Amino acid sequence: MTTKISVQQVGKVFGEGSHRVEALKQIDLDIADNEFVTFVGASGCGKSTLLRIIGGLEYHTTGNLLTDGRPVAGPGADRAMVFQHYSLYPWLTVMQNIKFSRRLAHGRENISEADVEAASGRADALLALMGLNAAANAWPNQLSGGMQQRVAIARALMGRPQVLLMDEPFGALDAQTREVMHDLILHVHKLERPTIAFVTHDVEEAIYLADRVVLMAPRPGRIDSIYTVPLPPEREQDMKHTPEFLALKKEILARIKETSGMKTDYDMLDQLNLGGVAA
Amino acid sequence: MTTSRPRRPGMWTIRGPLSRRLYWLFAAFGLLAPLGLWWFMASGSDVDKVFLPGPLDVFNRLVTWYVEDDLLADMGISIYRVTTGFLISAVIALPLALLIGTFRPVQAVLEPLTDFIRYMPAVAFIPLVMLWVGIEESSKIAIIFIGTFFQMVLMMAEDVRRVPLAQIEAAQTMGANRSETINLVIFQAAKPAIMDTLRVTMGWAWTYLVVAELVAASSGLGYSILKAQRFLQTDKIFVGIILIGLIGLVMDQLFRLAHRKAFPWLYLRS
Repeated sequence: MTTKISVQQVGKVFGEGSHRVEALKQIDLDIADNEFVTFVGASGCGKSTLLRIIGGLEYHTTGNLLTDGRPVAGPGADRAMVFQHYSLYPWLTVMQNIKFSRRLAHGRENISEADVEAASGRADALLALMGLNAAANAWPNQLSGGMQQRVAIARALMGRPQVLLMDEPFGALDAQTREVMHDLILHVHKLERPTIAFVTHDVEEAIYLADRVVLMAPRPGRIDSIYTVPLPPEREQDMKHTPEFLALKKEILARIKETSGMKTDYDMLDQLNLGGVAA
Repeated sequence: MTTSRPRRPGMWTIRGPLSRRLYWLFAAFGLLAPLGLWWFMASGSDVDKVFLPGPLDVFNRLVTWYVEDDLLADMGISIYRVTTGFLISAVIALPLALLIGTFRPVQAVLEPLTDFIRYMPAVAFIPLVMLWVGIEESSKIAIIFIGTFFQMVLMMAEDVRRVPLAQIEAAQTMGANRSETINLVIFQAAKPAIMDTLRVTMGWAWTYLVVAELVAASSGLGYSILKAQRFLQTDKIFVGIILIGLIGLVMDQLFRLAHRKAFPWLYLRS
C-alpha cells in the first residue's frame, strides 16, 4: 500500500517565552492511500492541531509533513476539510454550497463545456448520495444539524479531494443522527476512496469507522498508541456489540483515562463528598 | 388542599410573551402619551409660547414654512449633504474595513489611529475644515464625513472579524486563493452585518447635520434651526428637530426593508 500522508517528527509550539506551549512533540505517522484513520485522546492532546497541520491551516514548527512524497505548504484542494459547524455559507443554497469549489480559479483552468456538464452531474450525484435531493434549493439555515453536515461533506467531496480531513464533524449531532452519518461516511469512503483522517472524542465512533485508531496523549501532545481495528472492512451497526469491539473500546477508554493525567471522575466525586461531610 | 393548574406566562415574565394587539396598544401609548403631555403642558395659560409652543403652533409653523419659506428645498439640501457625506464615508470605509479585519498589519497600522481620531469632537474640526476645504458645499459634507467615517470603519472592521473562521478555512481547503477567500467568503459573509452598521451610522450622520450647517450655510434644516434660534422662533426649532427625526426614521426603515430583500435567508421564520 502506498503512503498518502507522511508525518515525520512533526512538532508544534504555540507562543513563546513564558506562554510557550508544546502542542505536539515528535509525531511520526504514515497514513496509507484510502485508509480511514481516526484520532482520539484526552482534551489538549493536539489531535485537532495535527489535523489542521495536515490540512495546511496551521504550520508545524519542526519536522516534515508530506503528502504523496511532497511537502505540504498551506491548504489546498487536494485536502478538503469538514468542520464541526459554522462552515456552510448561509447566503448560498445547498446546491450553490456544494458547487462552491467550481467558482474558484483552480477549478476553472482550461475548462470545457464537457467539464461544466460533468461538474453539474457530479453535484447532482453528490446530492443524491447524501440524500439531499429535496433540499437542493433550500438555505442551510432551513436544515437540521445532520442535514447541514451532509451538505458540508458533499461540498468537500465536490473537488474530488484525495484526502478528507474531518474535525469532530458529528460532534454536535444527536446519537441517532450520528449513527446514520457513520454509515453514510463509510459508504462515501467505499465509493470515492478518499484517505480520511477523522478527529473525534467518541471512542465508539472512532472504532466503528476506522481501519486504525490513533490514541494521542496530552502535555506535550504525542501519539501514545495505535490500534488496528479487528473488524471486517464492511461495517455494520451490530458489530458494536461484538466482544472484539467492546474489548477494544474498553481498552482505549482506559488508556485515555490513564494518559489524561487527571483524576478520575470517581476520585473527584469522593473529594466532593468528603467536603460535604466535613461541612 | 390547594390545586394548581398550568398557567400561561404573563407579560411581566422575564422575556415573556406579548400578544400583537397588546404590543401595538403599548406602542401607541408610548408615542401618544408624550404628545398628550406636551399638549397639556403647552396649553396652560401661563406658559409662554416662546418657551414651549404647543403641537398646533408647531403644525402651523410647518405649514407656513412649506408655503412661504420653501421647506422642501431646505429638506432637499440637507438630505443631499447627509447622504453624500455618508456615501463617501461608506465607499472609503468598506475596503479599509475589509483590510483591517483581514490582515493584522493593516489593523496594527490603522486601528489605533482610527480609535484615536474618533474621540476627537467633529464640531472642533469646523475651523480646520473652513481653512482646508473652504465654505462651499464640500465643507458641510466634510463635517458629516468626519462625524461618521471613523466610527464606521471600526464597526465594519469588527463585522469583518466576526466572520466564522470555519467558513474561511473551508474555502481555503477547497483551493480558494487569497482574493477569492476575501471576495467570495469574507465579504459575502460580513455583508448583512455591514449593512446594519450602515443603517446605524446613517442615523449618526443625521445627528451631525446641525453641526455641518454651522459652516456658512444659507439653507437646510440644520441651518434653519440655528437661524430660528436667533429669532427665538421656538416653534420652528421644533419643526426642524421633528423633521430630522422623521427623515432619519424613514431612512432607517428603508434600510431594514432593503436588508430583508437582500438577505432573505436571515428572515426565514416569524
